[in-house]
Amino acid sequence: MSTHASTRPVRWPRRLVRGLFILIAVSFLALFLLLPLAIVFIEAFREGVSAYFATIKQGDALSAIRLTLLVAAIAVPLNLVFGVAAAWAMARFEFHGKALLGAFIDLPFSISPVISGLVYVLLFGAQGWFGPWLDAHGVKIIFAVPGLVLATVFITLPFVARELIPLMQSQGSEEEEAARVLGANGWQMFFRVTVPNIRWALLYGVLLCNARAMGEFGAVSVVSGHIRGLTTTMPLEVEMRYNEYDYVGAFAVASLLALLALLTLLVKTLLEWRYGGEIAAHAPGGH
Amino acid sequence: MRHRILPGFGISLGYALTYLGLIVLLPLAALVWKASGIGIEGLIHLLAAPRTLAALRLSFGSALLAALINAVIGLLVAWVLVRYRFPGRRLFDALVDLPFALPTAVAGIALTALYAPNGWLGSWLASWGIKVAYTPLGVLVAMVFVGFPFVVRTLQPVLESLDRDVEEAAESLGARRWQTFLRVILPMLAPALLTGFALALARAVGEYGSVIFIAGNIPMRSEIAPLLIVQKLEQFDYAGAAALSTAMLLFSFVLLVVITLLQRWSSRWMEKTR
Repeated sequence: MSTHASTRPVRWPRRLVRGLFILIAVSFLALFLLLPLAIVFIEAFREGVSAYFATIKQGDALSAIRLTLLVAAIAVPLNLVFGVAAAWAMARFEFHGKALLGAFIDLPFSISPVISGLVYVLLFGAQGWFGPWLDAHGVKIIFAVPGLVLATVFITLPFVARELIPLMQSQGSEEEEAARVLGANGWQMFFRVTVPNIRWALLYGVLLCNARAMGEFGAVSVVSGHIRGLTTTMPLEVEMRYNEYDYVGAFAVASLLALLALLTLLVKTLLEWRYGGEIAAHAPGGH
Repeated sequence: MRHRILPGFGISLGYALTYLGLIVLLPLAALVWKASGIGIEGLIHLLAAPRTLAALRLSFGSALLAALINAVIGLLVAWVLVRYRFPGRRLFDALVDLPFALPTAVAGIALTALYAPNGWLGSWLASWGIKVAYTPLGVLVAMVFVGFPFVVRTLQPVLESLDRDVEEAAESLGARRWQTFLRVILPMLAPALLTGFALALARAVGEYGSVIFIAGNIPMRSEIAPLLIVQKLEQFDYAGAAALSTAMLLFSFVLLVVITLLQRWSSRWMEKTR
């Protein structure tokens, strides 16, 4: 050995430390993340392929799938428009209270989903602020579809805005100003300059927003009332089947949601690899 | 007025504010209003009830512990993903986001199936005398699961942009590897680590879907605070549910303020030592 080694205690060989670290990290990811995902499909197919498809075709599952798609189809576009409007105001103009507005936009991420559902019960429930008035006019929000949509909108409100704001801030407004100077009107500038510049980040935000909208459980559980076939979304259908000891049925519906999660991860990863630069600059957070 | 030339300030800001006001702020105002209905005495009575205290202790205690575990294991995973090259690295990197993408109810029943006494991991752990499902330990497992991506995803960009010259300088001056890590690298990571910790904590405190299946929800033992809110609601105790919610939001707010202060302090400390 060299004199270098004799002057200090024996070092851990670097390759050993490195191998050990990789081993710990990979086993943690496999055991803690991959295994729960695998178990969903294993449990769903426990009684064979035909039992799996039979339980998915049952009436309640189909209406749950339809309701989930409907809720997401309303909530995601609403938050898309909000996200673009908020990002335009915050990334292109200076005004007082901008930081506060940013904090308010992030608020739904740091509130328990249960509380997100509760606030609408307090507003629109039978004993809520607007409850008696709604009742008198025959409008039902809580324990009905509008409540599910509202709770989902609340939960997924930050996703698009959060992707767009940092990106648009880092891009600056030179191109848009140039378009205006060259005579484009507001909408021309928006659709021909702004949208092409932010399209991948927009898609990224919509993707995450949609995944959460379809998978939300806590908030919709509070406002749903669990009326079979009417107000049960897929995650609620999973819960109801599970509580009725229909494990294969619960995991079968869960496997559809898991597939949605896998698809989301796949598209997200592809977007990050291919258009990393055009999405970048986003702070990680409650995705 | 540099941006005069750009249109749409009034309409975009107006729309965003109205939407945010109607969807988030008005409902939250209703919550605080309803909570104030029970008065200070009612609030103390509610919070001092043994069952409420036990639930709050479990929710905040497990969430703190889960965030701490995530800080340690998240740092290790982020380090391995950024610094080392090994087969399947990109796949594992994509896998980190799974808890964000997987609906919480699905995660909940999957974790329960895995850690139940007759499950794959549960039966193995049971042979060591460790029970996970239907105990407070199960709550912890679910909270670690849902909070896991936050620390990794906040650390990764910072680790990637870290200047390796500093590390090499430290080593050429005779620092050992672990000394370099503790004295040079860790202080530079501290602000991001705290951000990840805070995000994981906030998520775990309020988590509902993935926890209630594995927790077993035994009063005084494995019952989390959000579940208590749901129960009050089901008993039409709206004021109680609102008060407990407001108390939870206040606790979380105070915790997050403390973490933000810590973060400022650590980044200022970094500036000074630079």
